[in-house]
Amino acid sequence: MSAPRVAVVIFPGSNCDRDVLHVLRGVLGADAHTVWHEERSLAGFDAVILPGGFSYGDYLRAGAIAATSPILAAVRAAASAGVLVAGICNGFQILLEAGLLPGAMLPNRDATFVCDWTRIRVERDDLPFTCAYGRGQIARMPVAHGEGNYYADADTLSRLEANRQVVFRYVDDDGAATAHGNPNGALHNIAGIVDERGNVLGMMPHPERCSEALLGSCDGRAFFEGLLASIAKRAHSVAGGGR
Amino acid sequence: MRTDAAVDAAFSLADVRAAGLRWTEYLEIRGRLGREPNRVELAMFGVMWSEHCAYKHSRRYLKLLPTQGDGVLQGPGENAGVVEVAPGIGVALKVESHNHPSAIDPFHGAATGVGGILRDVLSMGARPIAILDSLRFGSPAHAASRRLRDGVVSGIAHYGNAIGVPTVGGELVYEDRYAENPLVNAACIGIVRADRLARSAAAGPGNPVLYAGARTGRDGIGGAAFASDELDVASVDRDRSAVQIGDPFAGKSLIEATLAALDTGVVVAIQDMGAAGLTCATSEMSSKGGVGMRIDLARVPRREAGMTAGELLLSESQERMLLIVRQGEADTVAAIYRRWGLQAEVIGEVTAEPALRIYDGGTLVVDLPPESLTEAPAYQVPEEEPKGRALIVEAPESPRSVAEALLRVLGAPTVASKRAVFRQYDHMVQLNTVVAPGADAAVLRLKEAPPVAIAVAIDGNGRTTWLDAWAGGAGAASEAALNVACTGARPVAATDGLNFGSPEKPETAWDLHNAIAGIADACRAMRVPIVGGNVSLYNESPVGSIFPTPMVAVIGVLSDVSCALTSAFRDDGDLIVLIGEEAASLDGSEYDKIVRGRVAGKPVRVDVAAHARLVALLPALAADGLLQSAHDVSGGGLAVALAECCIAGHFGARCRISGSSDPELALFGEGPSRVVATVTRSRLAALVARCRSAGVPVAELGVVEGDALAIRAASADLVVGLDQLRTAWEG
Repeated sequence: MSAPRVAVVIFPGSNCDRDVLHVLRGVLGADAHTVWHEERSLAGFDAVILPGGFSYGDYLRAGAIAATSPILAAVRAAASAGVLVAGICNGFQILLEAGLLPGAMLPNRDATFVCDWTRIRVERDDLPFTCAYGRGQIARMPVAHGEGNYYADADTLSRLEANRQVVFRYVDDDGAATAHGNPNGALHNIAGIVDERGNVLGMMPHPERCSEALLGSCDGRAFFEGLLASIAKRAHSVAGGGR
Repeated sequence: MRTDAAVDAAFSLADVRAAGLRWTEYLEIRGRLGREPNRVELAMFGVMWSEHCAYKHSRRYLKLLPTQGDGVLQGPGENAGVVEVAPGIGVALKVESHNHPSAIDPFHGAATGVGGILRDVLSMGARPIAILDSLRFGSPAHAASRRLRDGVVSGIAHYGNAIGVPTVGGELVYEDRYAENPLVNAACIGIVRADRLARSAAAGPGNPVLYAGARTGRDGIGGAAFASDELDVASVDRDRSAVQIGDPFAGKSLIEATLAALDTGVVVAIQDMGAAGLTCATSEMSSKGGVGMRIDLARVPRREAGMTAGELLLSESQERMLLIVRQGEADTVAAIYRRWGLQAEVIGEVTAEPALRIYDGGTLVVDLPPESLTEAPAYQVPEEEPKGRALIVEAPESPRSVAEALLRVLGAPTVASKRAVFRQYDHMVQLNTVVAPGADAAVLRLKEAPPVAIAVAIDGNGRTTWLDAWAGGAGAASEAALNVACTGARPVAATDGLNFGSPEKPETAWDLHNAIAGIADACRAMRVPIVGGNVSLYNESPVGSIFPTPMVAVIGVLSDVSCALTSAFRDDGDLIVLIGEEAASLDGSEYDKIVRGRVAGKPVRVDVAAHARLVALLPALAADGLLQSAHDVSGGGLAVALAECCIAGHFGARCRISGSSDPELALFGEGPSRVVATVTRSRLAALVARCRSAGVPVAELGVVEGDALAIRAASADLVVGLDQLRTAWEG
């Protein structure tokens, strides 16, 4: 069985691509590769990460132009084939704009960019992205965005909640999902969601920024470790182990 | 001033002035060329001979600065200085002002200030890894000052956040002297392999000149000359077209494309097109290389039709670089830029003959020796020592107790927490930020050379400089170095941003001269070379000149990031000591301004030799694990420094300050060479011995304990709860 292959997509304006690669390769020794936005195939990859940044300058709306780029067709195809897709920050915004996840991002409640530490509660531990966390575990993770105020209509919100698609929720120091713990005004304190099948995830916090003790928290490392472990496990369970 | 020679001159005094030149300078140009310049050439001289580009009034003072030292890979004269911080690893640094543009258009002015300094560092082949901003505004009590500040902060956030370079530190100071003329200085740090340093001297006749980046538009025309003018009421409307508009998206692509282009090894020279745009880049690169260039403006990518030769040559449109590429390799490099969605066109070639010949299609529009543009005349102006400078700010109600005075100083806009500002800046991207903004200095680990880290801080004190220019210059360098040393880092290099009023005023010339002398004396004593810098003069408005404000950014090296210290008290029972010279004064202090409503007297002059001993000692103490925390005592004096350590560490403290019979002086007096540090009980004796053998005074202050700050100073007793301190500081 070969090591999981992870793609990190680079759009012009991406600025967390090198950070995600650093954690995957440098910290975790994973087999990670960059994929340029003009490419049209993601064949051979077990997981795809859309990193943070300001793709195409976030002109029009955050993530809007990236959602129409050539690589997004490949991301769409990979997602429907069950490949794990994770969008972090701008990557989440792109997945929303591409319709791969429901809802939209509004400007932050305070109308300014916010870069700060937050606490997020892991609502599910049965997903490939969260299998290395415990259910209800509270992780300390930074956010850095101007548009992270998650919005969806009431029906969508109740469907997300009913289907247990809310994966991460902002909480305060006491672990409660209050306005005080919410850095941007996101509805239901939503920090991250997953699609109905459970293989496409979007999150505003940056797990790559808290994967080394030196940087103030290691709580993000389990995100990548879980992702890699679950791919390895999947491959193992497939007869012959081939792809 | 107009002389008889004017009778047969091609230009009127008004033309010459409109180009930003003096009549004598026009005559000098005619003399150098042996002919009349044409209108485009005159305009080029106007921007190249501006104070901003040519340092006409500051050059002779800048010679005072020490520029050489261990590890200096590149001193002043390039786009940024570079110093070696680990074997084979260089760090580029540079500070630049964007004061005038920010006064006119705070958002775009500040944004392009960030963009410009990033490209200076990029021009050295370095990847920008951090930004620091040193900002000065009028009192936030005034809506106009708040508007300027909010515009500048969002401009910095807009550009810095999108471009993916963390803003890791800086200063935010409020004084009414900056109300009409805010100061926006941005410093950038970059990382580069020592064997891959890029340079700007053009070479190799026949080599193509490649224009790369964004298209050229009509923005920022004459910006360098405008930056060297005084501001007046009409400026806001008249000068808006001199403010450039930045595009961080193009800037980010330009960084990636340029680093990839330099990786090919076929780039001979590179420079960004910032101040004075194409004019500056072509003339400086030619002049440095002792060669010439033949340029065809018709090939310059442009944003709009109908631009004239003069506009193309003077435009300061952002996100543009000029490269000299090895013959036959232009396509390779151009393809890299185009892949990133940027323009890349060969616009000319290097010539052996040192002549800058610029064509517009078939027409020769400029024919100048490059050094005629780059070697502007220098001026020596009369200096006069300022006498009797004093300000009565206002007469606030006296505090009822020293505790109330402490809370008032702690809550003063300049002293209070800046969290609301720096949380608008992405200070974490690139995964290097070990100590974030709000500390004495930011600490960045170097992924390229673990476990090495660097620390950076920028400091300056206009009030001190106004009262005593030497004290202000020496103080800025000393404080930045001490801030860096408090993290456990050894200061290795500095860059200076000199912000002054009109040098044609004798008192300002005196200030400029003495402030630079102060920086030089302090840096020489600490063996910290100044590897580059920026001069911003004519910071004047109808209400007068700014406080003279030299700012110094210092970079230091921590050989092991795990030894990095912060100001936060760490543990109950740790002992608090004061390390350094005791000299302090209320003259020029924050307390004098906030509580007594005066800015007057003589601030303490730093003893540069004693300060150098302190700065050298701290990293050694940190490396040997003798310190738990360290914090320099600056604005607000010892009481504020102790309060800051308590707030940061969530601990109280009980202290006794001896030595002065005046409680105000003991609590709030300011001196340049003092550090509040903590040490575990078991290591106190070792710490004291080390300080003594280094010739640095050390005194016990108290102990970390409880949830209140209690200080006894002379006849005064002060007890303030942590919550109260935090509330005052956070506002």
